[in-house]
Amino acid sequence: MLEIQSLKKTFFPGTVNEKKALNGVSLHLAKGDFVCLIGSNGAGKSTLLNAVSGEFFADEGRVVLDGQDMTFLPDYKRARHIGRLFQDPMRGTAPHMTIEENMALAYLRASGRCSPFSRISKKDRDFFRTRLERLGLGLENRMSQPVGLLSGGQRQALTLLMATLVAPKLLLLDEHTAALDPATAEKVMELTKAIVKENEITCMMVTHNMESALHTGNRTVMMTGGSILLELQGEERANMTVDGLLALFRQKTGAALDNDRMLLA
Amino acid sequence: MNLSVLLTAAEQGLIYSLVALGLYLSFRILNIADLTTDGSFTLGLVACTACTAAGHPYLGFAVAVAAGALAGLVTGILQTVFRVQPILAGIITMTGLISINLMVLGGKSHQTLLREETLFTKAQELLGPQGGLAAAAAAALLCGVLLVLFLGTQLGLSLRATGDNRAMVAASSINPAFTTVVGLAIANGIIALSGALLAQQQGYGDTTLGTGMVVIGLASLVIGEVVTARRGGIAGAVAAAVLGSVLYRIITAFALTSNLGASNLKLVSAVIVAAAISYPAVIAKIKWMKKRREASKHA
Repeated sequence: MLEIQSLKKTFFPGTVNEKKALNGVSLHLAKGDFVCLIGSNGAGKSTLLNAVSGEFFADEGRVVLDGQDMTFLPDYKRARHIGRLFQDPMRGTAPHMTIEENMALAYLRASGRCSPFSRISKKDRDFFRTRLERLGLGLENRMSQPVGLLSGGQRQALTLLMATLVAPKLLLLDEHTAALDPATAEKVMELTKAIVKENEITCMMVTHNMESALHTGNRTVMMTGGSILLELQGEERANMTVDGLLALFRQKTGAALDNDRMLLA
Repeated sequence: MNLSVLLTAAEQGLIYSLVALGLYLSFRILNIADLTTDGSFTLGLVACTACTAAGHPYLGFAVAVAAGALAGLVTGILQTVFRVQPILAGIITMTGLISINLMVLGGKSHQTLLREETLFTKAQELLGPQGGLAAAAAAALLCGVLLVLFLGTQLGLSLRATGDNRAMVAASSINPAFTTVVGLAIANGIIALSGALLAQQQGYGDTTLGTGMVVIGLASLVIGEVVTARRGGIAGAVAAAVLGSVLYRIITAFALTSNLGASNLKLVSAVIVAAAISYPAVIAKIKWMKKRREASKHA
């Protein structure tokens, strides 16, 4: 489904701030794979997601999604097939537009109904309502309210719904529950799993929660210094513990994981 | 101030309200301070003057809108494709238009439309002395309704999202550069129509009539927002822009009849603009000071 071939990216080349963010990353995802990406800050997890979504063009390497070469496609064209959530709940929705208008924007394009002058129909509205009901947040009764009035958790749940209103070929989740309170984070994560499973969406998720990285989805990938350090799946992954993962990291890099956020998780 | 002054001010306000509508689209919806405005207003004005003088008053409106949209297109492309800062892009287009506007009037800066048929002479012929006011009201109503309808379409929603959350627009597989260019083209098309109407209403075209138009348009917008307290969503905001423009002209007319004199017009305008735009900040400051005083009383 997704073929990432030796991606390289250097930021600020030729300056003192030169940073090799991606050092030839290759990763292959089969259809329906759910990969959890872990690694300390600066390991290149978000950069990898940005390279796949087209936020920037990679210096070298290729990105192929479902047989279509995306390497030179701008982000808005890739967005037709790639859904995306960020850590910041404010990034995925337009605050001054209503819930219904936000959903319409996500829906009209993705569903391929492309007339620029089409308006939100009653059928669309009913469809949005049934989808919102599933969130169990009561948003179906607030469809004509501006999204800016919603809480961070509600906005993130709405963004998730919008990104998957028409199932994308690939869903990229960049610590999308990290800014939410624990209870809300859990709820959004449960929702994510349910929607991904139901629609068999291929998914990449960045997380700092190592426990959840071992138990969410079917694969775990650990990055460091812009490269993939180790990959776990199947039985090896099922038997892995957080302590085991930390030991493996020490053994492979000769250094202890110094990131508090990862150790605490 | 007598009734006829009031009615004239209302008629002018309705004509200029299209500038406020255009700026609502660029300044409020797209969140871009578009300084093309002065130039595109004058471009519409001279284009319509030239057409009317040639005996095509109604074609003049279409030509004006197209010319204004083209000016907006240039500004939009400068901003998006060539990455010129938005304010500078507008200034560049506006500056270029100064020469183009003179060109359109055949190198002159003034052209009279005496004894030519215009929308306003026709309206007065058909509807009596207040025909001009009716024509201006119809134009404002038509543009306002079309704008509200447009902002509810998929393209309209995309435009609104572009000014609200650019990242989200790209994530919805819409090219934000495209929506920016389309929005600026439409905004300047409407603004040019305002210039076209003014030329026919006054019976002459002059290349200096657009000077300071962006500030006046913004003032109208803010006056409308202050009066209506930003209620009523998109339709409310569009109605507020029209109302603000009419109020602005009435305030100006009032200032002029009270012994201030025509030579002080620009100063009066500037004061109104500064007062209207700073109004929200001043109110917030006063409220804060009141709160602080209350707090110190109870301390």
